[in-house]
Amino acid sequence: MIARRSQKIVFSLAVLYLLMLVAAAIAAPLLSPYSPSEQYLDRRFHAPSLDNLLGTDNLGRDILTRLLYGARSALIVGLVAVSIAFSLGGLVGLLAGMGPKHIDSVLMLLMDSLLSFPTILLAITVVSFMGYGLVQVMVALGVISSPVFARLVRAETLSVKTEGYVEAARALGTPPAKIVVKHIIPNIMGKVIVQCSLTFAQAVVIESSLSYLGVGTQPPAASWGLMLKDARNYLAQAPWMAMYPGLCLALTVLAFNIIGDSLSERFNPRLG
Amino acid sequence: MDLARFIAKRLLRLVLTVLLISTIVFFVIRVIPGDPALLIAGIDATPSDIAAIRAKLGTDRPLSAQYFDFLWKVAHLDFGNSMISEEPVTALILQRFPLTLALAVLGMVIGTVIAIPIGILSAVKPWSAWDYVGLVMSQLGMAIPSFWLGIFLLLVFAVKIPIFPLFGAETLASLVLPAFSLGFARAAILLRHTRASMSEELSKEYIIAAKAKGLTDRMIKYKHALKNALLPIITVAGIEFGYMLGGAIIIEQVFSLPGLGRLFLYAIYQRDFPLIQGGVVFIAIVFSLVNFAADVLYSVVNPKIRLE
Repeated sequence: MIARRSQKIVFSLAVLYLLMLVAAAIAAPLLSPYSPSEQYLDRRFHAPSLDNLLGTDNLGRDILTRLLYGARSALIVGLVAVSIAFSLGGLVGLLAGMGPKHIDSVLMLLMDSLLSFPTILLAITVVSFMGYGLVQVMVALGVISSPVFARLVRAETLSVKTEGYVEAARALGTPPAKIVVKHIIPNIMGKVIVQCSLTFAQAVVIESSLSYLGVGTQPPAASWGLMLKDARNYLAQAPWMAMYPGLCLALTVLAFNIIGDSLSERFNPRLG
Repeated sequence: MDLARFIAKRLLRLVLTVLLISTIVFFVIRVIPGDPALLIAGIDATPSDIAAIRAKLGTDRPLSAQYFDFLWKVAHLDFGNSMISEEPVTALILQRFPLTLALAVLGMVIGTVIAIPIGILSAVKPWSAWDYVGLVMSQLGMAIPSFWLGIFLLLVFAVKIPIFPLFGAETLASLVLPAFSLGFARAAILLRHTRASMSEELSKEYIIAAKAKGLTDRMIKYKHALKNALLPIITVAGIEFGYMLGGAIIIEQVFSLPGLGRLFLYAIYQRDFPLIQGGVVFIAIVFSLVNFAADVLYSVVNPKIRLE
């Protein structure tokens, strides 16, 4: 009972954090008097103070301001990548699950090959060929994350397909497209939403990793990964430069993972 | 299915996976907008410069000829020469690989030492302090990006309390912080799997039968259940090990370690296409070999899997 209640509290805190993050990212220009990219060289390496609540970086830029604008990159990448992965992977999964066996085999072999490869490596490779930048990262992450959705949607489709009501609909002559829309999709959405949450978290981490490596968001734009990249060279001088972006990153991923786990328990009560 | 057939089947899958990844890499380079030759040549290049680079890269030949030539070379582990240093890509990779492998092995050891005992205790004593420790650790491990953990560890153990070096890989000690950064995140996933696997095992009927037979609690949990619970972990550990090779790219950058990851990254910065191509395919081969080894090992300890 206590465990369930504390789980609910943790879930609410995660949702609250994300809502605040979204609000802060949208209202960034209103919340901060500073520009995220303008350099104030007379204010380099200022420790946290009333003027700069979280301190300034090696170019005198306000860390809090850059965190707020960095949240925009993180959230946009997550949103676009999940949308692409969800649409592309979902479509492949439905095709594999509903289509003939040979199409299923070919599609799944392709998806499994992609799945069996470190995501970060694939992301770097794709981005390196498409050119560096936020848009490329979003597209690359979307495509790379789609096999997880494809596999999930296929497995769920195969299982729902054998349910009595679907067989009945088919026996009555309902066209396959209608079966998919009316019966399959509503029944698999729960698990897909859970996956969306987990993929969002992964996309945020990979975007920051790519930016850290210099192939993601390009300077002077703000990204948490880029902030950490700058921080690495000034660890002794300005440790706050490394602390806050990392903390934001970890909290955001934690929030998405908690939401994903909680939803997963709700949709699969046996796991609880 | 006997073991030999199982191995043959898995081997075929390994070859198919490597073939597919090689094909994807080959076509990604050629399909994505942006001719490598143009990218290498830069904006001031003359048409003859670009033609020369195309000839050097071999991209002036028909696509099918390029593709089969590429596959033939991959089969012989020949990835051509680096565009920058002109050394054979395979030699460059093999030179850097031992460090990355050492990092991944050490990361795996650290991850396993953390994950398995806590995962087992969490399952054996649900809702105990151990279970909460496991829960918090697995959530933190998954939430904290390994490169930030690396930066944080450097801040504490190389800057504030200088017991580890800030850069380089001269001694084994210099691999401890990077391996921990790498292993901690993977430990989180391994811990969750261990807990789930052990919990499932403890809820099976043979445990009740063992209890009815009068076996001690200790014997049931740590001899019977544990042995079975650890079996599926072999597969997860195989996958996790492969992921460490991928994660090493960023960790090597954080700790300035001259491993395969850094080589690959510099290849990307310098648009050294043969090296990028070779690096990806090489990692795909290693990754598939590790998964193959885990699959075979699993099928040896648990022959039931061969029936599926």
